[in-house]
Amino acid sequence: MYSNDKISISLTDKQLQVDTVLNLVQSDGAGAVDIFVGTVRNNTRKRTVERLDFEAYDPMAVKEMEKLAIRACEQWPVEKIAIHHRKGTLYIGDIAVIIAVATPHRQAAFEACKFTIDTLKQTVPIWKKEVFNDGEVWVSAHP
Amino acid sequence: MLSEIRILPSMELNILLFGITKDIVGQQKLRYKMPQGATVPDLVEQLKKSYPKLHDLDSVLVAVNNEYGQKQQELHESDEIALIPPVSGG
Repeated sequence: MYSNDKISISLTDKQLQVDTVLNLVQSDGAGAVDIFVGTVRNNTRKRTVERLDFEAYDPMAVKEMEKLAIRACEQWPVEKIAIHHRKGTLYIGDIAVIIAVATPHRQAAFEACKFTIDTLKQTVPIWKKEVFNDGEVWVSAHP
Repeated sequence: MLSEIRILPSMELNILLFGITKDIVGQQKLRYKMPQGATVPDLVEQLKKSYPKLHDLDSVLVAVNNEYGQKQQELHESDEIALIPPVSGG
């Protein structure tokens, strides 16, 4: 957990709630809030997914999420930003990640939110294992 | 004729493993011997020799004290080191 008046970061094994995250980015100076919600899909390349197991290198993952939020604040006029990520076992439809960005106008909110999820997927040390009915695989590990 | 034999002092590194690297090595934490003065790329090279399946991964990065390690960063026994296989959060 990390937060200052602008940035809220969380890595948790508890269920994520959109309302909670939305409230965290409430800001009188914001005219736009963009929210990205990443959910667990029931298939990958036509294989049926049963669940995802998320593992994190906790202290570094939180640090990298903080850095990401700071970068977004440096590049766009962010009023508030929240990055909340789940870990542990998730089932179909569960929320894995919520990113919310509040800015004065919508363009910046869209851009900053997209930047944040795209970069999170490249830099934050969190790994997911897809568990199928006939096997399992760590996502992105192999070419 | 006498030849000079120099034995490089070695160090024991503590390495944390996650995701597929944990499966490849077969444990969550590894104590691993390296010569003193070894750098991030030295460690990756040596680990790939010990665990050839690491070659199959798209990338293997090293984190030192919760930061991505720099190219020629030197490692020390007191460092918290982690292997970072390709991440897949979100």
